[in-house]
Amino acid sequence: MGAITYKRGREPHGKEHRVIFRNIDREGWDASIGTYLKEGGYEQLKKALKMERAAITEEVKKSGLRGRGGAGFPCGVKWGFIPPSNTKPVYLICNADESEPGTFKDRYILHQDPHQLVEGMAIACFAVGAKLAYIYIREEFPEAAKIVEKAIAEAHEKGFLGKDIQGSGFDLEIYVHRGAGAYICGEETGLIESLEGKRPYPRIKPPYFPAAMGLYLCPTIVNNVETLCHVKHIIEMGGEEYAKTGTKNNTGTRILCVSGDVQKPGYFEVEVGKVTMGEVINDLCGGLKPGRELKAVIPGGSSAKVLRADEIYTVGRGDDARKLTIWDIPMDFDTLAACGSMAGSGGVIIMDDSRSMSWVLNNLNNFYAHESCGQCTPCREGSLWMKKITDRIVAGKASPADIDTLYGVAKNIDGRTICAFGEACSWPTESFVEKFRDELIGDTKPELEGALVNAETLTAAASL
Amino acid sequence: MLAVPQDLEAEIDERITHYPVSKRSAVLPVLHHLQHHFGYISEQAVEWTAAKLGLEPIKVLEVVTFYPGFRQEAPGKYHIRVCRTLSCAMAGSYELMESLCDKTGIDRSGVTHHHPIAISADGKYSIEFAECLASCGFGPVCMVNDDFHEAVTDVDGLLKQYP
Ligand SMILES: Cc1cc2nc3c(=O)[nH]c(=O)nc-3n(C[C@H](O)[C@H](O)[C@H](O)COP(=O)(O)O)c2cc1C
Ligand code: SF4
Ligand code: FES
Repeated sequence: MGAITYKRGREPHGKEHRVIFRNIDREGWDASIGTYLKEGGYEQLKKALKMERAAITEEVKKSGLRGRGGAGFPCGVKWGFIPPSNTKPVYLICNADESEPGTFKDRYILHQDPHQLVEGMAIACFAVGAKLAYIYIREEFPEAAKIVEKAIAEAHEKGFLGKDIQGSGFDLEIYVHRGAGAYICGEETGLIESLEGKRPYPRIKPPYFPAAMGLYLCPTIVNNVETLCHVKHIIEMGGEEYAKTGTKNNTGTRILCVSGDVQKPGYFEVEVGKVTMGEVINDLCGGLKPGRELKAVIPGGSSAKVLRADEIYTVGRGDDARKLTIWDIPMDFDTLAACGSMAGSGGVIIMDDSRSMSWVLNNLNNFYAHESCGQCTPCREGSLWMKKITDRIVAGKASPADIDTLYGVAKNIDGRTICAFGEACSWPTESFVEKFRDELIGDTKPELEGALVNAETLTAAASL
Repeated sequence: MLAVPQDLEAEIDERITHYPVSKRSAVLPVLHHLQHHFGYISEQAVEWTAAKLGLEPIKVLEVVTFYPGFRQEAPGKYHIRVCRTLSCAMAGSYELMESLCDKTGIDRSGVTHHHPIAISADGKYSIEFAECLASCGFGPVCMVNDDFHEAVTDVDGLLKQYP
């Protein structure tokens, strides 16, 4: 193989470690199966088809791969949740809804390297015994849906999908299913309802854990696009070898999507935990804008709790305990959780000192109010009231007491809902109020205390 | 009755075979095909879909009204979706929306949660805000029909592509 070169201006940064994004923006690369086959494409599927099914899951467990869709749940463990006594069909769904604000990685895999996904999926389907699989692609990716459908047709033609794949006796069909513009379809049980042709109302867990009772009430594995791509590389490297990349309990590589107030936003594949927030901002993204100072970071998609630039975080216990500034935080699941936030979907949103935190929070609250599915009262009402209160703050029509009301509303959502959207919508408000309380209060007017303009509130409510 | 061309119906019938376990699963894809052809989902389209899949029309209507991706009224010839979520807003998407409305003569003052789309008087352009379109590092982003545009700064240049 010759050296890989990338399109001009799209070269990976020296601190990147490209595995999943190896072919993204690559010179001479395209989405066709011919190109894919020239570089060993589908060899890992062939290898996997000769393995014991349980051995594949075992390798994935050994690899330590954690889901890249948001929750960071160990992939092999999830696969292992299919009840051993199961006699029903098993389904696999690739979650390509990519709708967590700040996240933009799956899009490139779908557009530029769809066969990597198809191969990863086929291996995963063989491992869990799924003969029918769907790729749920958000509606706003019409081009991606076409490209992936073409890839599926090509793989079919070459005998990597369909009946008796490569003489193994294993049959598999993969279909693309397009969403219709609702964020909640990214939540796995909402996604399943949507795939059943219904409104995407998430199901309550228990009992509806997809691995036990998913699509058509059969065991169903839902994994993110990036997660499924990793499966191919785990088969290639072996689980133990794979686990040597990244850091302990935070193995492998992952794609960070950086947006907001940096010089060069973009996507960067790095070993998990091997780069710090400071390196992300200063090296990968070329630093903050001239003359600006860091104010806040949302490190894992908009639902992740905000980090304030001047906080000191204590992570680790006992002898391992250490203090970190925001710049020192290694970008991994466990450290970000220890800092009170999460690695989530890998969407890192950077805010400098030019940003109003009231305005930022209001933008997010508008998103959540729009996207709540409406099934649970705390979420439906709460997300709307959080939006209305922050609408009022940015309009200069809020009183200081509104900040407590806002916080109270948020605190009454999380833990009281059917799905994790409840946490997703309340964590931004909770964390912004906790960390930027003075600034939010500064945007309110003490003279409005007790003078809530009811007519106005009602009009606002009526227009929604 | 909805006039569905034969080739479109054949395409839809093929789509339905992708759901061997339950025809109902094909509601979204059938609606996508119809909306793509007719521009929006009419009452007749709801009935046609229901008949096609052996469902009560309400089961289809509830889907149409839930998902922002389905419209019940005709959009303009070019339908523009501007991302309004945080990263794009920081990159100027509200300003982009204003400028697009300015240049297309669209008045968004009547827009509400239930009627998010505004149309130009000549019916050429329609516009709405969309939530995060998954290209947050390259904002402000928008879609025009099925085309995707990143880092949109030249509004005249953009509109020129859609005469
Ligand atoms: C409100 C909400 C939205 C979500 N959106 C997405 C999404 O767009 N893409 C995704 O892969 N996972 C999303 N998830 C996570 C999925 O529910 C699920 O955990 C994930 O697809 C599992 O894949 P993984 O184990 O490979 O990460 C979302 C979860 C919630 C609660
Ligand atoms: S938490 Fe919100 S989004 Fe999730 S099921 Fe309840 S209402 Fe719907
Ligand atoms: S915020 Fe606009 S694409 Fe994500």
